[in-house]
Amino acid sequence: MDFWTGKIPAWALQFPDMGRTELRDFKKAIDAGFRTFSRAFGEDIENFFHPLLQFLVWFEKLLLATPWPIIILVVAGLAWLGARSVGIVVGAILSFLAIGYFGMWKDTMSTLAIISVATIVCISLGIPLGIWMAKSDRVQAIVTPILDVMQTIPAFVYLIPVVMLLGIGKVPGLISVCIYAMPPIVRLTSLGIRLVDKEALEAADAFGASYRQRLFGVQIPLALPNIFAGVNQTIMMALAMVVIASMIGVAGLGVPVLRAISNQYLALGMMNGLAIVALAIIFDRVSQSYGKRLQRHRQGINHE
Amino acid sequence: MSNTKISIESLYKIFGKNPQSVLPLVQDGMSKQDLLEQHGHVLGLKDINIDIPDRSITVIMGLSGSGKSTLIRHINRLIEPTAGRMIVDGDDVLAMTKKELIQFRRYKSSMVFQKFGLHVHRTVAGNVAYGLTMQGMPLKKAKAQSHKWLERVGLAGFEGHFPSQLSGGMQQRVGLARALATDAEILLMDEAFSALDPLIRTDMQDVLLDLQTELHKTIVFITHDLDEALRIGDKIAVLRDGAVIQQGDPQDIIMQPADDYIFDFVKDINRGRVLKVKTIMDVGVSVDGPDIPADMVLEEALQIAASSGTRAGNVVNRENQIVGSINLDQIVAGLARPADVSTKEGMYR
Ligand SMILES: Nc1ncnc2c1ncn2[C@@H]1O[C@H](COP(=O)(O)OP(=O)(O)O)[C@@H](O)[C@H]1O
Ligand SMILES: [Mg+2]
Repeated sequence: MDFWTGKIPAWALQFPDMGRTELRDFKKAIDAGFRTFSRAFGEDIENFFHPLLQFLVWFEKLLLATPWPIIILVVAGLAWLGARSVGIVVGAILSFLAIGYFGMWKDTMSTLAIISVATIVCISLGIPLGIWMAKSDRVQAIVTPILDVMQTIPAFVYLIPVVMLLGIGKVPGLISVCIYAMPPIVRLTSLGIRLVDKEALEAADAFGASYRQRLFGVQIPLALPNIFAGVNQTIMMALAMVVIASMIGVAGLGVPVLRAISNQYLALGMMNGLAIVALAIIFDRVSQSYGKRLQRHRQGINHE
Repeated sequence: MSNTKISIESLYKIFGKNPQSVLPLVQDGMSKQDLLEQHGHVLGLKDINIDIPDRSITVIMGLSGSGKSTLIRHINRLIEPTAGRMIVDGDDVLAMTKKELIQFRRYKSSMVFQKFGLHVHRTVAGNVAYGLTMQGMPLKKAKAQSHKWLERVGLAGFEGHFPSQLSGGMQQRVGLARALATDAEILLMDEAFSALDPLIRTDMQDVLLDLQTELHKTIVFITHDLDEALRIGDKIAVLRDGAVIQQGDPQDIIMQPADDYIFDFVKDINRGRVLKVKTIMDVGVSVDGPDIPADMVLEEALQIAASSGTRAGNVVNRENQIVGSINLDQIVAGLARPADVSTKEGMYR
């Protein structure tokens, strides 16, 4: 500290902060304000999200109650529809068999449920927002920094207000996952629409397309490869949040990982971690090759 | 002379934050450069007045950046004007409501684009059917109809292909078929053939001229190429810095370029293949010699004179009536450098 003493004025060495007591009161005031807010509106907000909770619970129960061979069949079928690749289908089947064999079936179903619901929520909010952002430069200017914050703020930080507001459980978990996973789909939808060829759009206008005809007939179809890349990234990011979400009461593969961390169970942690990775790879390969197939006409490869 | 189909009246377009505020300055004659430097606005179009005749091809010509694309996009209002009127069949397009405008675009006009503007996610048939589906026709029926137009432009059999599988020339044939399929009376073509190789470009000009003898559309054709303008234009308007500097019969523009800008355009053309006998003949006088059609170009007239062994001939119109005469000296003078020709105003028509 005395390194600079005498050479530099004292005021420059000590930052003029607001003082310990004032700072404490300041923080207390914010906490108290938010607590009042959550006491006043917490219940309303909870009610607002109730249908979502019911859907999530119902879907999780459905997955857990369905016999495992049927689940595997459905997964294989979806993988085939998306990827049209025998390799990917076989990989998906083997992964699920291994997951079940090593006793992670139930947790995997829970994780699948929350990831699916989170993805549905992100898509149904994110795509319209992305469309709006592409249309208006002002919306773009407002939303972009918000997306930046959503993507970079440490998840633990926004867990605090979410938990204060809604407590611990599935809904706050779902919201946390969505906050983290939504930015890519919004960004890529907007980007995709903004990149649509100007003359292709002018052609739609010149032939008398209405706003909707232009949006659904030209902009979205031409932006689809980008929108799809956004969906893919959103799923990946939702999977990445599984462990953190389990800290606030979301069931799934994250729970054993947390237990493994606190008890130093190496094998348990690794196995569940690998199960998450397997899900990620399956989702990624299937959605990517689906996206590529959407794009085929651009490279002049014959359709079917 | 045919009727006026489209009448562009005192049209102005200024790009920038507040075009209305600088409009009076432009109307008082401020130049494009001053407007940009002193007020930060771009002058797109300045006091445009053009009458576009029905059932013929009007070419708008000018160098890149002269405002051609801006002008043609006002006809179907893809660009909003700063001031002026665009009268089509008595209605001002620039004053239409959104609904009326959409109807206008669906039924009255269609457009062909420089880089084709095809929808890459639709098949060739789907693209050609696009305008018809905008008119409300079910896609299946529209696709069936598109076949006829694909045949007309020489692309029968390519219905199921995607645009990316076709060459540039073929893609523009699709663009042309798409524009023709709606049966609109007005066809707007913004440098439609400029992106094509010279040989293919000539091909496409032939396709267009051939179709026009049958369809008689009102075509507004944009180009920066004088040869193309002369080849297909019944009327030419020349744009420079957003203003029309000369318009009229192509022959007039060659014989009497309004200023150096146009002179630069016309000085290098092959006059023998462009100038017509009627443009340089002596009106009324008849001589002893062969008959030469009034619309024949000089190069061919020279051929007739040379093979008949005479120094002069009678110029006849389509009804074979003698309207004047022409001699070898006049033809040779007509072929000579434009500087010589433009001084001989007495010979003109
Ligand atoms: N959206 C726009 N904003 C500002 N300036 C523009 C815009 N569109 C065209 N311009 C300007 O208007 C002029 C005419 O452009 P354009 O009509 O595209 O010319 P052309 O088609 O003859 O090459 C150019 O100087 C161009 O920079
Ligand atoms: Mg242009």
